[in-house]
Amino acid sequence: MTIPVGWYQVLAAMLFSVGALGFLVRRNALVMFMCVELMLNAVNLSLVTYSRVINDVAGQVTVFFVMVVAAAEVVVGLGILVAIFRRRHTASADDVSLLKG
Amino acid sequence: MFFLMAAVALGSAVGLVLQRNPVHSAMLLVSTLFSVAVLFVLQQAHFLAAVQVIVYAGAIVVLFLFVIMLLGVDRREDLHETLPFQRPLAAGLGVLLLVMVLALGRSTWVTAPVNTDPATGLDHGAGTVEVLGRSLFSRFLFPFEITSLLLTVAVIAAVVLARRQSEGDEVPR
Repeated sequence: MTIPVGWYQVLAAMLFSVGALGFLVRRNALVMFMCVELMLNAVNLSLVTYSRVINDVAGQVTVFFVMVVAAAEVVVGLGILVAIFRRRHTASADDVSLLKG
Repeated sequence: MFFLMAAVALGSAVGLVLQRNPVHSAMLLVSTLFSVAVLFVLQQAHFLAAVQVIVYAGAIVVLFLFVIMLLGVDRREDLHETLPFQRPLAAGLGVLLLVMVLALGRSTWVTAPVNTDPATGLDHGAGTVEVLGRSLFSRFLFPFEITSLLLTVAVIAAVVLARRQSEGDEVPR
């Protein structure tokens, strides 16, 4: 039994929306990063699905690169988070408002 | 299998957003990543499923947990909202985004014709890993090399950011 493409796309869209919603709602910077990972994963799922549909491995290679970028992003993001925490003792995005006019 | 994994992925994703404790959020993230990995296997992306489990569940979530432990787990998130209109606005925008993406998915798209080249096709006898590797080191060689540059920059950035600051440049709180 092969699941049609549409179901995968709907699932990817829903995962992406949940990630975006979480990014907007949550204040904890760590959980915001997890929501970004969620969105990246939804896009990966979509790419793998299209890769299967048009029978081309290019989509899977793109997923590979997305994973590398995600790993780099997490490393730099968590580094920034630790640096902020060391100076200001908070992990909340609301408290980092130094540039507020 | 698809519906089971889709339900697990969606349920864990919603739980991730609603959970107050960041450690629980990280555990639910692992659950979502595993179910997406199973969905990869269902679509002949076996190698990517393995990479997903190793890199995401193995490395990235462990990194998350390290930082959570470093920052202190018992610290509950202050749920007092500083912007009163933000929650409903975010919910509205999320629903709007979902509707827009689904509407985009319903429209007809001109997609590429089905690939028949055996060098890049997925169903020509050669294993997915072999096709993926050949493609990665021939057609996508330049992006692959750029990736190494990106990782080097990320490592240097992490070292610079994590270095203990000298006493002089402490910012008053």
